[in-house]
Amino acid sequence: MKNVMIVGVGGQGTLLTSRIIGKSALALGYDVKISEVHGMAQRGGSVVTFVRYGKKVSEPVVEEGVADVIIAFERLEALRYAHFLKKGGVIVVNDCRIDPMTVVTGAMTYPEDIIKTLEKDYTVYSIDGQKIAKELGNSKVLNSVVLGYATRHLGIDKETVIKTVEQTVPQKTVELNVKAFLSGYNG
Amino acid sequence: MSNKVIMLGNEAIARGAYEAGVTVSSAYPGTPSTEISEILCKYNEVYTEWAPNEKVAVEVAFGASVAGARTLACMKHVGLNVASDPIYTFAYTGVSGGAVIVVADDPGLASSQNEQDTRMIARSAHIPVLEPSDSQEAKDFTVLAYEISEKYDTPVILRTTTKLAHSQSVVEIKDRVEVPLKPYERNVKKYVMMPASAIGRHVYVEEREKRLSEDANTLSVNKIENGDSKIGFITSGIAYQYVKEVCPEASVLKLGLVNPLPKKLIEEFVSSVETVYVFEELEPVIEEQVKSWGLKVLGKELFTRQGEYSANLLRKVLFGKTQEVYQKQQAPNRPPILCPGCPHRSVFSVLKKLKIHASGDIGCYTLGAVAPLDVIDTTVCMGASISALHGMEKAGGKEFIKNWVAVIGDSTFLHTGVNSLINMVYNKATGTVIILDNRTTGMTGHQEHSATGKTLKGEETYAVDLKSLCLAVGVPNVVEINAFDVQTLEKTIKESVLGDVLTVIIAKAPCALLKGQKFLTYNVIDDEKCKKCGMCLKIGCPAISKRDGKMVIDDTMCNGCGLCLNYCKFGAIEVKSR
Repeated sequence: MKNVMIVGVGGQGTLLTSRIIGKSALALGYDVKISEVHGMAQRGGSVVTFVRYGKKVSEPVVEEGVADVIIAFERLEALRYAHFLKKGGVIVVNDCRIDPMTVVTGAMTYPEDIIKTLEKDYTVYSIDGQKIAKELGNSKVLNSVVLGYATRHLGIDKETVIKTVEQTVPQKTVELNVKAFLSGYNG
Repeated sequence: MSNKVIMLGNEAIARGAYEAGVTVSSAYPGTPSTEISEILCKYNEVYTEWAPNEKVAVEVAFGASVAGARTLACMKHVGLNVASDPIYTFAYTGVSGGAVIVVADDPGLASSQNEQDTRMIARSAHIPVLEPSDSQEAKDFTVLAYEISEKYDTPVILRTTTKLAHSQSVVEIKDRVEVPLKPYERNVKKYVMMPASAIGRHVYVEEREKRLSEDANTLSVNKIENGDSKIGFITSGIAYQYVKEVCPEASVLKLGLVNPLPKKLIEEFVSSVETVYVFEELEPVIEEQVKSWGLKVLGKELFTRQGEYSANLLRKVLFGKTQEVYQKQQAPNRPPILCPGCPHRSVFSVLKKLKIHASGDIGCYTLGAVAPLDVIDTTVCMGASISALHGMEKAGGKEFIKNWVAVIGDSTFLHTGVNSLINMVYNKATGTVIILDNRTTGMTGHQEHSATGKTLKGEETYAVDLKSLCLAVGVPNVVEINAFDVQTLEKTIKESVLGDVLTVIIAKAPCALLKGQKFLTYNVIDDEKCKKCGMCLKIGCPAISKRDGKMVIDDTMCNGCGLCLNYCKFGAIEVKSR
């Protein structure tokens, strides 16, 4: 059984990422459940989706202390959900900062050295996905970059994921997304 | 293998309706039910529509059923309140073509104003309720719901919850079965619910429920999974999955039909297991009935009525501990916020500047209640912004509402707000109503409505003109203003709240996330001119933040709406082309 969490800020493409992972796992013959977030929470809020795959999956959510992999699209969200990881779990962090309104208004401060804090307890891999996406000419492919970077920890081969990306993203953007995926994968 | 696909619960319900031969569907968007209609509309064999509200949707379904079609209506739990009027009596008339009403509950309030339990309403309306626990069941139970509806001559509620509606799991799809229209026969005793007919139908409703509750004992979706005879669970829906996760060896009575209950089957189960827990989210609907039969079970004395359940919640109650977890880190909250470029922010920034309170409504704009905007003081249900403002005026007079307005979205205004506006006209109100017209149903993910000019299927249609509508019902003063024109907004609002005629201000600008929107500019802060006063932060735009003592605008997030330019006294914000 593989328990994967994708966390980020509403609008970063976490939903699409979890769907691609789920579809890839299904292609490999696993039972799959994905739990998504729709509605108000998506409006720039903290967003978490779950993907579970294995022989037989019951509950659609990943519980605290059992995640094998967390893919975090933003540092603060990585910190918020890190305790969902099991001992020895891996957290893949897109090294970017988006201030929540509680920080913008000055009510709270954005924690310093998040990556260092996480490294004390977990195996952390971080990548500046935004920079790579911009270099590719479109910041909207950020999720493909991050997915590519995380794929080696998912127990799913890269060819299967690429095939799912090709089937899932809009036709016009297939080439760019695959390129972004590979940049992340090799990053 | 090829007919196995991964589907959202809502997608599976749409597929089930399609396979069951449904030809008419009507709905109003509401999280977590919206996707059913958005997916069903892609099947050409099914007529699908957005209705202005849930009451209309159910009445359309009633008519389609009388005309002999298999029909569907979908809504969120609070939509059921709006639709209750037709639903309670639809239970009396029964159906010709099968009728299914999908109602999506939201335990945990992912996107709702309360946590009501649809099963309670279904019980009092005497309507059967099916509750699936994964996407495969969501599809299968939808098909079954049509069979039950026609066999027992009743509308059937398919109850889902957020986790079921918005989880994906594997579904085996089948072909559609075409179901021809049943021939129409006039039947006043069945379809005209005047007292003389309704008396007879009430007798039928009770008889029907007794018959179904007897048959429920052998219904395939109510089943005992024999296991450990020491511990057993009566459960349904997504809660079943948590039981299987935590106690795979336990005995389980899984209920697919949760109203009416299979009494004999439950008695048999309870007598065969030492300790039986009723594990159900929200209200103790199953538990209280089972206890009323004198059976000993455990339920809400251990499990909460609040929020979503989880495997960990069950583990904690049964074993006194959860999974071993690392210390949770402190992290500043990240509540949802209005998007960069959202026209609601522009209107709210003016209200905030004028220190005006807003009687609020249901939509993204409810987010105007939180810091730093802090302008909305009340939110109850759809349409209530306008009626509540009217109530305030009748209680406190003009003096009380001279610094108040009502704010309501375009879709919500057409849902039930227009009734409240008619009330204001009729009963001589003088308040100010602002329609936040962003040309879409925003929060649920951009659905068309009767003023957008497009149908659910994307066809061109007549668009209700909000200004003409307001004038037609007799509003003396109706003004249309670009939502980003803060100077005109400020002047108009100032005058209208103090004035003595009812005013509707239609603040127009499309939702920033609406498809086809092009953002040709973005804004940047000139560090030399910036005095770091922080005024730009007060509009609560997520693209603007303070880093290392300096104000910065995130160029990837900024949509160039230019609202911040209005609030910088030093001209330090520049416009750049993309």
